[in-house]
Amino acid sequence: MDYGTLRGLVALLILALFVIIVVWSYSKKRKASFDEVANSIFEEDDLTKQNKQSHLDKDSKQERK
Amino acid sequence: MTQSNTSAVDYNFDVVRQFTVMTVIWGIVGTSVGVLIAAQLIWPALNFDTPWLTYSRLRPLHTNAVIFAFGTSALFATSYYVVQRTCQARLFGGKLASFTFWGWQAVIVAAVISLPLGYNSTKEYAELEWPIDIAITIVWICYAIVFFGTIVKRKSSHIYVANWFFGGFILTVAMLHLVNSMVIPVSAMKSYSIYPGAIDAMIQWWYGHNAVGFLLTAGFLGIMYYFVPKQAERPVYSYRLSIVHFWALISLYIWAGPHHLHYTALPDWAQSVGMVMSMVLFLPSWGGMINGIMTLSGAWHKLRSDPILRFLIVSLSFYGMSTFEGPMMAIKSVNALSHYTDWTVGHVHSGALGWVAMVTIGAVYHLIPILFNQGRMYSIRLINIHFWIHTTGIVLYIVAMWISGVMQGLMWRAVNTDGTLTYSFVESLTASYPFYFIRFLGGVLIVSGFLLMAYNMFKTIGAKDGSLKPAEEA
Repeated sequence: MDYGTLRGLVALLILALFVIIVVWSYSKKRKASFDEVANSIFEEDDLTKQNKQSHLDKDSKQERK
Repeated sequence: MTQSNTSAVDYNFDVVRQFTVMTVIWGIVGTSVGVLIAAQLIWPALNFDTPWLTYSRLRPLHTNAVIFAFGTSALFATSYYVVQRTCQARLFGGKLASFTFWGWQAVIVAAVISLPLGYNSTKEYAELEWPIDIAITIVWICYAIVFFGTIVKRKSSHIYVANWFFGGFILTVAMLHLVNSMVIPVSAMKSYSIYPGAIDAMIQWWYGHNAVGFLLTAGFLGIMYYFVPKQAERPVYSYRLSIVHFWALISLYIWAGPHHLHYTALPDWAQSVGMVMSMVLFLPSWGGMINGIMTLSGAWHKLRSDPILRFLIVSLSFYGMSTFEGPMMAIKSVNALSHYTDWTVGHVHSGALGWVAMVTIGAVYHLIPILFNQGRMYSIRLINIHFWIHTTGIVLYIVAMWISGVMQGLMWRAVNTDGTLTYSFVESLTASYPFYFIRFLGGVLIVSGFLLMAYNMFKTIGAKDGSLKPAEEA
């Protein structure tokens, strides 16, 4: 295999990897766990804070309507 | 926010406090040196005829101070904070974390002494001579041990995305520093690169551009992915996008370096690779920016009342601007006009003052009250004033440099019908003077903003614990 073909194959491999990463991260199965992770940074806050947070979410949802 | 009192884990915030305070101090030092050299370009007498104060020696001091003292201290502070909070574990390594603080400050002091003395390896953003390079390596390895050690002992199963960016930044900077610092020492403070000619240039700009890509971008994206959601009090817009963002960004950035060497002795194909990769880089950059800004979706009203959030979000706007400008300037024909002109300087500062400094300032304003047991900063009004001073300073700076840069590029390439140059170099320099003065004014505003920030910080630290109550939500 000459150098050019090898480089072409490597490029295809990297493209395939990228597609795999996109499919993996956007699969429906993982949505719930990702949502959980995204919210994990608020977990350490105390309860009053959390209450306020859910309150704010409600407010902004109403706003969007 | 007083969660530090209620958390069960005994976090190591001492080292975070140290780095946070030093971030602000080095911010003042680094930008002040910048203002001095900006003034020297207008009033050359300001070097006072001493070699230690010449532009050529102070310019590397300015870049080292803002990148490695201000920026990197901010990255140490925020990465140590974020990795502890998201892993819910105390920093790994005990005293090692403290060593990274004192070690890093020692490196900075060594830079502050050796650069004005004229010791310079002549590699841009890697000017420090070999003994200091070895010290940097030791501190950096300890940094990696502390950071990744904390990730290993984390309580949560997932590693939050901010840590991926911090981790990518720490590993890549280690690799860049080791490869680019390969030298043969000839005396205690003099060395020569082991790479010959064009290879040396390519290695240098592979390092140089990835210092931008990994230190000034990936690291600060780590800050963005934690502090923007925290300050906005809502989760990041799309966690899935953040994963694609991470892998796309780190796999593309590493190839963009050759755009610093357009029309040089570097092989043409390498220049073209650099150009194409720089242009593709636009996509992950904007993906990340949109992810950060859209985190505010549905809560835009917070921008009206919260100047800290404004710092964070406007930093993302500047990030979007510079990552559009960058790929454009990497196109060879555009680069033929822009290279070696003030346009480049303007581009760098829209990234450095707009993106890096603003996201740092926002994160530090978020951190200080938490670290020093207060509900808020001493004065929200001063944060607001800082925001407007800083923004005005950036706009003056970059607009002046854009105009000056394009003008220089056009003047340098103008030819008469007989093929001779229309303008001498000195004519282009004279034409730039008014813009140098506007840039100087912008710089003065930036420094004043940092001074306000330091005042606000020391007032907050000095206040009695818990005496500053969080402002009521409007």
